[in-house]
Amino acid sequence: MRYLPHTNADRKAMLEEIGVTHIDDLFAGVPSGHLLNKLVDLPNHQGEIEVERALSALASKNLSAADAPFFIGAGCYRHHIPATVDYIIQRSEFLTAYTPYQPEIAQGTLAYLFEFQSYVAELTGMDVANASMYDGATSLAEAALMAQRITKRQTITIAPGLHPHYEQTLKTYLSTSGADIIVADKPSSDSAAFIIQSPDFFGTPHSLQDYRKACDDTGAKLIHVFTEVLSLGLLPPPKEADIVVGEGQSIGVGLGFGGPHLGLFACKKEYTRQMPGRLCGQTTDADGKISYVLTLSTREQHIRREKATSNICTNVGLCALAFTVHMSLLGEQGMKNLALLNHQKACDLADKLEEINDVKVINTSFFNEFTVQLPIDDAEDVVNKLAEKGILAGYPLHDGKLLITATETTTENDVTALTTALREVLA
Amino acid sequence: MSDKISPLGHKGLMLEEPLLFEQSQQGRSGVDLPETTQTKLRTGQPQRTEIGLPEVSEPQVVRHFVRLSQMNYSIDGGMFPLGSCTMKHNPRLNEKVVRLDGFAQLHPLQPQSTIQGALETIHQLENWLAELCGMPAITLNPAAGAHGELTGMMSIRKALQDKGEIRKIVLVSDNAHGTNPATASTCGYKIISVPSGSDGLVDLTAFNELVDKYGSEIAAFMFTNPNTCGRFEKDIKHIADKLHSVGAYFYCDGANFNAIVGKVKLGELGVDVMQFNLHKTFSTPHGGGGPGCGPVAVSKELEKYLPVPRVRHSNGVYSLEIENADTIGRIKAFHGHFGMMVRALAYMMSHGADGLRKVAEDAVLNANYILHHLKDDFHVPYKGICMHECLLTDKGLKEDGITTLDIAKGLIEYGFHPMTVYFPLVVSGAMLIEPTETESRESLDGFIKTMKHLAKQAKSKQKEHLKEMPLSTPRRRIDEVKAARQPILRYMK
Amino acid sequence: MADTPAHLKYTPDHEWLEIDDSIATIGVSDYAQEVLGDLVFVELPEIGNKISLGDDFAVVESVKAASEVYTPVSGEVIEINADLSDNPQLINEKPYSDGWIARIKLSDLSELKEMMTAEEYEEYLNTLEA
Repeated sequence: MRYLPHTNADRKAMLEEIGVTHIDDLFAGVPSGHLLNKLVDLPNHQGEIEVERALSALASKNLSAADAPFFIGAGCYRHHIPATVDYIIQRSEFLTAYTPYQPEIAQGTLAYLFEFQSYVAELTGMDVANASMYDGATSLAEAALMAQRITKRQTITIAPGLHPHYEQTLKTYLSTSGADIIVADKPSSDSAAFIIQSPDFFGTPHSLQDYRKACDDTGAKLIHVFTEVLSLGLLPPPKEADIVVGEGQSIGVGLGFGGPHLGLFACKKEYTRQMPGRLCGQTTDADGKISYVLTLSTREQHIRREKATSNICTNVGLCALAFTVHMSLLGEQGMKNLALLNHQKACDLADKLEEINDVKVINTSFFNEFTVQLPIDDAEDVVNKLAEKGILAGYPLHDGKLLITATETTTENDVTALTTALREVLA
Repeated sequence: MSDKISPLGHKGLMLEEPLLFEQSQQGRSGVDLPETTQTKLRTGQPQRTEIGLPEVSEPQVVRHFVRLSQMNYSIDGGMFPLGSCTMKHNPRLNEKVVRLDGFAQLHPLQPQSTIQGALETIHQLENWLAELCGMPAITLNPAAGAHGELTGMMSIRKALQDKGEIRKIVLVSDNAHGTNPATASTCGYKIISVPSGSDGLVDLTAFNELVDKYGSEIAAFMFTNPNTCGRFEKDIKHIADKLHSVGAYFYCDGANFNAIVGKVKLGELGVDVMQFNLHKTFSTPHGGGGPGCGPVAVSKELEKYLPVPRVRHSNGVYSLEIENADTIGRIKAFHGHFGMMVRALAYMMSHGADGLRKVAEDAVLNANYILHHLKDDFHVPYKGICMHECLLTDKGLKEDGITTLDIAKGLIEYGFHPMTVYFPLVVSGAMLIEPTETESRESLDGFIKTMKHLAKQAKSKQKEHLKEMPLSTPRRRIDEVKAARQPILRYMK
Repeated sequence: MADTPAHLKYTPDHEWLEIDDSIATIGVSDYAQEVLGDLVFVELPEIGNKISLGDDFAVVESVKAASEVYTPVSGEVIEINADLSDNPQLINEKPYSDGWIARIKLSDLSELKEMMTAEEYEEYLNTLEA
């Protein structure tokens, strides 16, 4: 077996050195009745050719976004990833490293985490960011728990237009404490947090200023959440918020059938010690050289056990690296240009769609995603029919509404294919 | 002397590298994008003028990250004997198949007719895991082991709630990973610690007394098997029966599954819930701290509480069930860390039933080989054989001023990643060594030789040298106190 | 050998108290700061908090550990040492003066009978080190 170095002769010799005769002598701590006396009911080992063939066969049963005009968003966006990104994240020293608990031999991981935290703080207009969370939805749930800790209040108020998966995840996380979740356009006097997504699930960006005032009046913490991090290259930074969380998958990470993605988490400085997750800090070593190390660990489960700020143990290191490499390539101007390009593509797509009889763009404002009203009730049926024509057209909503996205990967041919096919399906 | 110091701090192949912020020059970029002609924005918001990102070109970016990578230790480069972390070889085949367009370029909300292969992949992996642990139902949604723990404990909580039972206590064994008590606490439970006895196993008398005392107040018992002392909890059946007699659930942390994969089915021994860590037993890369994937297996009774979505299969068609009456709900966006699932399935198919059994056997063989060769050089708190990891301590060295930390830093100097140190908490100065099955005999011999050398040094006149180590690494011992007192958590101009 | 000023009272959890009428100043002992190591953060109680004997009313943190400080007396927090927020090392440097944690207005003077004198505390430390 190619992943196991020992030959049978090695095994025999090692057992002899240890002073036993059979491998099961080393399993003597397991009561004999508990040991399986035959192989589990699964296929036996296979060579690389066979495994690759089997998995390729599974992959080929899917319709890849690379092979279809593609317009789906709804919290997961298709963007071009520079070739450099995948090259860097596949380097052994990043791919196969452990959590950087031994900083002398993990400065590579720690330094990029420090850059990652810096980028996220700059993008969000917050003071500090952590080293990442599982995804945008769990980041939001952790932000709500954090607001509860800070305010010692329970109720969480969410503005309409939150991504349904985020709302459902929040509900699951809060179910253990029985805290109320209220949907309203302003916080109430007992709200621990007011959550506003921008651009919201339907694509509309929101300004935070009025919400900031309402939160100041009630004592609620203002949580800004986004699902499209690229929007921060064009829209004003949500600096009025107390906590900013969201999904970073658009930069460097890719679609990947929904995961792993990249949870971003940032907040004002005064809440640093209430944050969940890992934090990397700058310091010096015994020779006085600038060094990086995981810090403020006493918030975390491996030290605080049941008193930790969260049970989270890991981050999504490699996805954070992909984000950091891609963001470094973009830089200040590239990020702004890419965001503007996305907006332009979306504006063009909106114009083309509105040329179709009885198709209306509902949004008056949007970034790279918007909702259209189709002239029929069943948007899902339309999407399925377009899929049969090889077009991945968007995410169907109720009452004939369709959520649709354009990015820098959208071509004129894609748009023509969509509008032509949509006319046929609606005819 | 000073003419030997490099002006840039470089030393041979060890190259210093400043942050990209410090290399930034306005006007540089690592991407070429088409010109935009947009004049009128339809965002309804003012346009952002400044972000604060650095500006560098592609060659600078590549060199930057390559240099940073060279400051890291990795499993591809050397042995990583981290106890209860299972740092095994990460096959590149896994990386190749996950990058196929048919997996990588899929959107999670595509019409189900266009994602049949992806759903089938999830379904297959669920079947593999179910057979390996002997439990009927699996969810692959959790994003990591700790997230799996949370999912499992929430399922238990919901089951009790449905029975109209309010139970407030979770028992946790004292050698458990810190996520166990943190998870139970997140679910609103009070934690009572169950001590381990002088043999490193759950103290059965104390356990029985606690169950008798708290009875129907106990929601669950969380323990790890094999445990973090490297022992198999042989009384697992008794523990299960005792818990079930008071209506409590039995949670087994599967962090150490590598020791028993293909050898023991925990589901047949009375476990109600267990989580896997795909980056441990099933070789998905650690990636310097994630992403992970923490599948959860549950008993028939608990299946209906598993999170949504769930993959269903009937009449040759796969579908995603996104709602049902009993589920704890959704625990993250979309369907879990699919990329890790594909990698794990590639690994399992490569090993197969026969190979996976050998994985456990070789992992246990390697740990015992190390234990056998080091038992006279280091203190062994629990005598006899071990499972896939062996536990040593600094007793006998500490009295002369050399601690586990010094041994760890000495290993770094001599080219190894240290073992897990100061964990489990139940023994003082713990060194927990897990070589995994993918180290060759020569590699194990090298590690043993190095450990013996360190033991000898610790007892010699040169022991003070150990306190200075490491010396030859990109950085020496780091000032963690300074980092924590005045935290600098981002670059500031 | 840990410093144990004679005019203070001590507890088995290694807090010290300085009593002035019905007001107690509380800190952690020299022995405790030595065991805890370099402190990096102190979580202080809030002024006006009512606390009862045995409550955890502050947390002192080193790099690798967080330890609760349990109040040995009941009463109300009337003053806190805000300097510790920026300079937690004051506890390491001057545990009995600049490193004080909080002042409590005592509600039950009888609790003071349980405290050890400096001499008793030293003996107690000897039993720990043995």
